[in-house]
Amino acid sequence: MSPNFRIAVRFLLSKKRSMLMSLAGIVLGVGLFIVAQANTTGFEKLFIKTVLGANGAVRVQDKFQETLTSIQIEQEDTGRQFEFGRASGRKYRPGVEHADKVIESLYQFSNVLAASKVLRGAIDVSNNFKAEPAQLFGIEKDMHMLVSDLEEQIVFGSMLDFQRNPRGALVGLALAERMMIEPGDSILFTVGDESHRVLVSGIYETGYRDIDRERIFIDINQARRILKRPHQTSYIQVSLFDVEKADDDRYLMESVVQHIVAPWQEREKVWLQVFQAVRISAMISLSSIIFISGLGMFSTLAIIIMEKTREIAILRSIGYTRRDVTHIFIWQGFIVTVVGILMGWLTGATLTLVASRLPIRIRGIFSTDSFVVDWSIWHYVIAGLIAFIFVMTASIIPSRRAAKLEPGDVIRGTSG
Amino acid sequence: MTQTDKKPVLECKGLHRYLGDPEQRVHVLKGVDLQLFRGNTYAIVGPSGCGKSTLLYTLGLLDRQNEGTILVDGIDVSKSNEDQRTRIRNEKIGFVFQFHFLLPEFTTTENIMIPMWKRGNRKTLTMERRAHMLLQSVGLGDKTERLANRLSGGEQQRVAVARALANDPPIVLADEPTGNLDVKNSNIVFELLYQLSKRNNQAVLIVTHNPDIARRCDYILKMRDGVFTTPESAG
Repeated sequence: MSPNFRIAVRFLLSKKRSMLMSLAGIVLGVGLFIVAQANTTGFEKLFIKTVLGANGAVRVQDKFQETLTSIQIEQEDTGRQFEFGRASGRKYRPGVEHADKVIESLYQFSNVLAASKVLRGAIDVSNNFKAEPAQLFGIEKDMHMLVSDLEEQIVFGSMLDFQRNPRGALVGLALAERMMIEPGDSILFTVGDESHRVLVSGIYETGYRDIDRERIFIDINQARRILKRPHQTSYIQVSLFDVEKADDDRYLMESVVQHIVAPWQEREKVWLQVFQAVRISAMISLSSIIFISGLGMFSTLAIIIMEKTREIAILRSIGYTRRDVTHIFIWQGFIVTVVGILMGWLTGATLTLVASRLPIRIRGIFSTDSFVVDWSIWHYVIAGLIAFIFVMTASIIPSRRAAKLEPGDVIRGTSG
Repeated sequence: MTQTDKKPVLECKGLHRYLGDPEQRVHVLKGVDLQLFRGNTYAIVGPSGCGKSTLLYTLGLLDRQNEGTILVDGIDVSKSNEDQRTRIRNEKIGFVFQFHFLLPEFTTTENIMIPMWKRGNRKTLTMERRAHMLLQSVGLGDKTERLANRLSGGEQQRVAVARALANDPPIVLADEPTGNLDVKNSNIVFELLYQLSKRNNQAVLIVTHNPDIARRCDYILKMRDGVFTTPESAG
């Protein structure tokens, strides 16, 4: 054990109460930082999972065509005229053209896991109880399971029944509750003057209220017949092996398929920014607790140094260098920081565990019945780093001041 | 004072020291020459403010001279850097101050071991044995594990004497070592310094106001206005 460390430990133990206050601040700051990050990240990830499960990682929609404007230029010396084409904008046509070919092109991308056609249209749905406006989603029953979590989202009824029954429909839980629909019920779709009767195979819940209160899934061929759009595809829903790369893949996909490609990051930009803002705000506010503990450490060390000027002077006079004195006080900061971080990690893990068991029913943008937490080593690393930087910086300043004490001046000052 | 048969263990020549702001600085040491030899005890006496303590701190490398040279054990340390001066203090010089300046969080043994820890030339067990031996020699062999702040003033100063001898330095500098003690403890502490210097062949320089203590030293160095007046053999 180095003499500096040995002396540091003794000095530290002589100011137990002040040091415990600083330690408590670090533990609390690190612990709360971890649990806040675990919660905000947990909810954000659940939201992303919900979004991906409902709408896929990428949506290919609306054909576009670059429009060209020609410019005439005359050559000065020869007087010849040239015409240049220049992209001036885009023309959009709703829906996907030649959907099968587009899908074929999409599968050329190594990151594409599956792609499935969807036809969307507005309908009125009614039963004996009431009528409601709704959105009909015609899906390829088998393929859609590869681009969504619809199968996992069935809360009542059966997916098997939906897949086997060509007239089967899946209704969102919020809509079903409003209309008192149950699996096995027959409901009526009205488009214009025509009505079509279908059978409810199941009720699903994504947790995303906007979806659950208006979407009804049926077979795409049935949807085309009901909506009288026999060959149309509104969009293609795509799942990816690496969903994080959706935004990166988009431009290449667009240039290949000549359709708008909407990755999930862009579609849900607003909510993602909200989550990011909450996470950063929690990070800042909880870092301030750690910052305050750093200040506590600073003042504790400053007090120790003021009280121990004579001891510092005697250490210097008996052969301890300025560097040794700095190290003695930095060691104290280091010990408190490391113990604080370790205890903070333990506190954070315990609080995260407790939070994950707290019941809370949330519906709206996702569905959960308890607090959602994300266990990530990075929360611990970041919390530890913030605490380390704040507290060690706060320790270095008084330590350097201690090293500047002139032993002769101190001893002379205390002599009679 | 010259003792040509031996080499001085501490020597200074033409030592000048100014204190205070540049505008109002005081010329405290005005060209002091001094040689200390092993096995001798020296007392510096003189009126307050004559520069006794300043000389002691300058010789002890706790303060830097403005002019002049200092040789410790034959090595010129006048221009040595901070780290070299600190190392010399650790290895060659033992200090005893008016106040004991023991570290209250440590036991008596540990207080004596602190300079040895820094020097690091002995194993822990050897350091501990040496600390116990030194405590024994200052009459505190039964208080080896006592916390420093649990000792009486006289005992604390005796531990301070033992600490000054921890690394077996050739020079011991003592600034009013008995100034804070009663007559009985003053005698004990002085006797310790005197006897140990003889036994260990060390040069001991004591700044004191106590004429009785000064008289018992081998040499009395009278100081006035920053210079020595007449050297005087005592004892």
